[in-house]
Amino acid sequence: MNFREIAHNGIWKQNTGLVQLLGLCPILAVSTTFVNGVSLALATILVMALASGMVASVRSFIPREVRIPVFILIIASLVTMVDLAMNAWLHELYRVLGIFIPLIVVNCIVLARVEAFAAKNTPLVAAWDGAMMGVGMVVAIAVLGGLREIIGTGMLFSGIEMVIPGAQALQLLPERYPGFLVAILPPGAFLVLGFMIAGRNWLDARAARRVPPVQPVVQAHA
Amino acid sequence: MSEPTALRVSLRTAFILTVFTVVFTTLMATTYRATKPAIDASTEAEKMKLVDEVLPAHLYDNAPLTDTILVAPRSELGLEDRDDPVRLLRARKAGVAAALVFEAVAPDGYGGKIRLMLAVGADNRVIGVRVVSHKETPGLGDYIDPRKDRNKAAPWIRQFDNQGFEQVPLTHWKVKKDGGHFDARAGATISARAVTHSVRRALQFAVDNRDRLYALPAQSSFGKEAKP
Repeated sequence: MNFREIAHNGIWKQNTGLVQLLGLCPILAVSTTFVNGVSLALATILVMALASGMVASVRSFIPREVRIPVFILIIASLVTMVDLAMNAWLHELYRVLGIFIPLIVVNCIVLARVEAFAAKNTPLVAAWDGAMMGVGMVVAIAVLGGLREIIGTGMLFSGIEMVIPGAQALQLLPERYPGFLVAILPPGAFLVLGFMIAGRNWLDARAARRVPPVQPVVQAHA
Repeated sequence: MSEPTALRVSLRTAFILTVFTVVFTTLMATTYRATKPAIDASTEAEKMKLVDEVLPAHLYDNAPLTDTILVAPRSELGLEDRDDPVRLLRARKAGVAAALVFEAVAPDGYGGKIRLMLAVGADNRVIGVRVVSHKETPGLGDYIDPRKDRNKAAPWIRQFDNQGFEQVPLTHWKVKKDGGHFDARAGATISARAVTHSVRRALQFAVDNRDRLYALPAQSSFGKEAKP
C-alpha cells in the first residue's frame, strides 16, 4: 500500500466517522460547533500518528499474547501527555476540550488502527495511516460540526477566538434566525450524521455508476 | 532449540510488560513535571482574568489574590455541600475597602449547579457577576454566560451591575415572570431564576457581614465551622 492509497483509504474509503462508524462517542459529543469538533479531531490526529508510529516501531518486542494491554498503555500515556501539554501551552483551547481529550483513549478507532495496521507495518507508513485516519475524522467532524452549528444557531466558527485570538465568528444566516435547537442537542448529532452517511453513500453509488466496472460490460457482450 | 516452557514464556511476557509500563510511566511523569509550572501559571492567570471581568482594575490598587480570607461553606453562597472553605478576595483602594470578590453557586439551574463569581462594592451594590461554569442547555439557557449571549451590546447578566437592595428592594429581587425586577428570556426562565436568586443570597451575605469581612486579617477564616 503506498502513501496515496493510505490517504484515500483514511479520508474517504474507510472514513472513521462515516464508514467505519468507530469512535462515535467523541464525534457526536464534541461536534456542537465547528471549532470544538475540529480541535478535538486535530488532537486525535496527533495521538493517532504518535501511537501508530510508536507501536509500529516497537512491534517486534510486543508479545502477541499481551499486545492489547501494551497498545492501551501506549495510547493512554500519549493521551495523558497530549492532555498535559495542551493544558500547559494551549490553555484556552484546553478549557473547551479538556473533558473530551481523555475520550481519545476510549475512541476505539485509535486501538482499531493500531491493532489492524500499525502492528503489521513499518513506523513511517503506520504513522501516516494514523494521521490520515485522523484527517478523515477532521473532515467528517468539520462538516458535521459546521452543519449543526449553522442549523442550530445560524453562525459558523463560534469560539474561534479561543484558537486564533482576534478572529470572529461568522453570522451566516440573518440576525433574526431563531435557531433550530435540536441540531445542537444530541439527537441533532445523530440526524445530521445520518444524512452525511447517506450523502456519502450516494456519492459513492453515483461514482460507481459513472465508471461501470469492467466485469458487467464483458458479460453483456458474452 | 527446545520448546520454551510455559513458565519461561510467562516470565518473559511479564518482564516485557513491566519494561513497557516503566518506560511509559517515566514518560508521563516527565511530561507532568515539565508542564506543571505552565499549568499552575495559567490556572492563576485564569483566576485573575475572572476577577478582572467582575471588577474593573481602576477600582482597586491592592493585590486581591493575596488579600483573601477563607469563608467556611455556607448556604447563602450555595456551598453547603462543600467541605473546604472558599476564598473571598478583598479589593481596596488606598487602604479603603473597595469591593469583595467571591464565588457563589446557584444549586437550582436547569442542568444542575451554576457557579458564579461576583464582586460586591463597599457601597453594597453589585459591581459585576459572571458565570464561571454551568450545564444549561446550549442555545437556550446558556445566555446567562455573556460569551454565549447573543445580545452582545447588553448581555443578560449585566442587569445586576450597580444594583443593590436600595435600587431593587429585596422582595423584587427575582425575575419578571415571578413579579420581580429582572428580565429572563422566554422559554428559559429557570436558568435566569436560579442565577437571580443566587445573586440575591450572595449580596445579602455580603451586605450583612460587610464590616467583618473587610476587617478580618488576611488569610484568616470566617464562619463558625472554619478551623482556626
